[in-house]
Amino acid sequence: MQHPAFEEVTVHHHVQDDAAFRKKVRKTTILLSIITVIELGIGLTIYTIHKGANPNATLVLMFKGMVCILSLAKAFYIVSVFMHLGDEIRNMIMTIVVPLMLFIWFIIAFITDGNSYKNLRNKYDPHFKESTMPKKHQQKDKKETTPVEKSGKE
Amino acid sequence: MSTQTTVHQTKWWSGGKSPFNLEYGKLMMWYFLMSDAFTFGAFLISYGSIRFSQNFWPDPNVVFNAFPGAGHANLPLAFVSIMTFILIISSVTMVLAVHAGHKEDKKGVIKWLAWTIVGGLAFLGCQAWEWHHLITGEHAVLATAADGKQYIDIIGQTMGGNPWGQLADHNTAMVALNNSSHETLLHLVRESGIKDNGQLAGLSHEKLVGMVQLEHLHIREKGPIAFGGYFYGITGFHGFHVFSGVIINIIMLLMSQKGVFERRGHYLMIEKAGLYWHFVDLVWVFVFLCFYLI
Repeated sequence: MQHPAFEEVTVHHHVQDDAAFRKKVRKTTILLSIITVIELGIGLTIYTIHKGANPNATLVLMFKGMVCILSLAKAFYIVSVFMHLGDEIRNMIMTIVVPLMLFIWFIIAFITDGNSYKNLRNKYDPHFKESTMPKKHQQKDKKETTPVEKSGKE
Repeated sequence: MSTQTTVHQTKWWSGGKSPFNLEYGKLMMWYFLMSDAFTFGAFLISYGSIRFSQNFWPDPNVVFNAFPGAGHANLPLAFVSIMTFILIISSVTMVLAVHAGHKEDKKGVIKWLAWTIVGGLAFLGCQAWEWHHLITGEHAVLATAADGKQYIDIIGQTMGGNPWGQLADHNTAMVALNNSSHETLLHLVRESGIKDNGQLAGLSHEKLVGMVQLEHLHIREKGPIAFGGYFYGITGFHGFHVFSGVIINIIMLLMSQKGVFERRGHYLMIEKAGLYWHFVDLVWVFVFLCFYLI
């Protein structure tokens, strides 16, 4: 296929044969749907754990980590198949993907910052701690002699 | 693709060719989307930062448990899963529209673009319902008056208040109930399903208190206001992207119909609109993750 307006674009995507294209799209759609269903299942599992008498914080955190990984998988399929980034030239892919690496620092730095702010406030602002700490945690703290700093994620 | 690129490999940067083998508009769309990803990323990370700075954060399964027409039924995640699937399906129809564009199949482009627009509008409709439900929702929460007395207030999730705090214990709620206004009590009694033919308003304070079924009310403390602010801010910004995506798709549909792309000889504009639309779906993956799942 020639694009008369863009002669400098020298290599053109194949017009894939319809059957192969449809197969690929169908496969990706099913994959995205399955991942979403699993995510919803995990969401409901977390809900059930929360409803229970003694929510297991580690288990909840593990499930939340799994959902994060599944979301990244979904993002990968959307970008590489639906947006055809996977079909572009490597240099082009790198100009998009490399700047996005900034997110690794971005997420770690700001989440840590929020967490540290919470810990400092719990340490120096008893009113904040008393008025916002979930009740169950408070009871636990009373049993243990030293207050334990909990992670903020419920 | 890979076999073709190796043939040209040495000449990519010697001029006369697009080194990235993309026309200007599409490349710039990619860079715009990258910068937009940082905007959304910054919003979501700021949400995460605030969330980590709090001891308590509302459980999304408690907040998002309503379904249109289902009344007070507790259906966590049900409605948002429908919204997610609408967006996935509209992304698929967009892929098909772009593919039809590659084949210069005008009818196919129009058909699949129309379905994509339907999907986008359906998503926006769902979001409008969800916002409306949250803002106008009437939830009984503990409030503290100027004199320190606690009473029960009826609020929705707005920028000024969040009804999704921790569950109040029975005794506190009972005391607050006694301090509450006549109107609040009337509202709570009506909520509990007792029919009001005008006789309730005449009842005494004590009688109304006695009629309220406290254990069914789930009276909560007020929660972090930032929750509502971030929710409306980020889903609103995403909804604005969906809205503009729908507008772009409508323009593409009209242009295809008028044969603009046919005369131009290529349907590259559909590809650019497609990139934008997929990006909207991509962002939803993370909005869904941050607000509804974790």
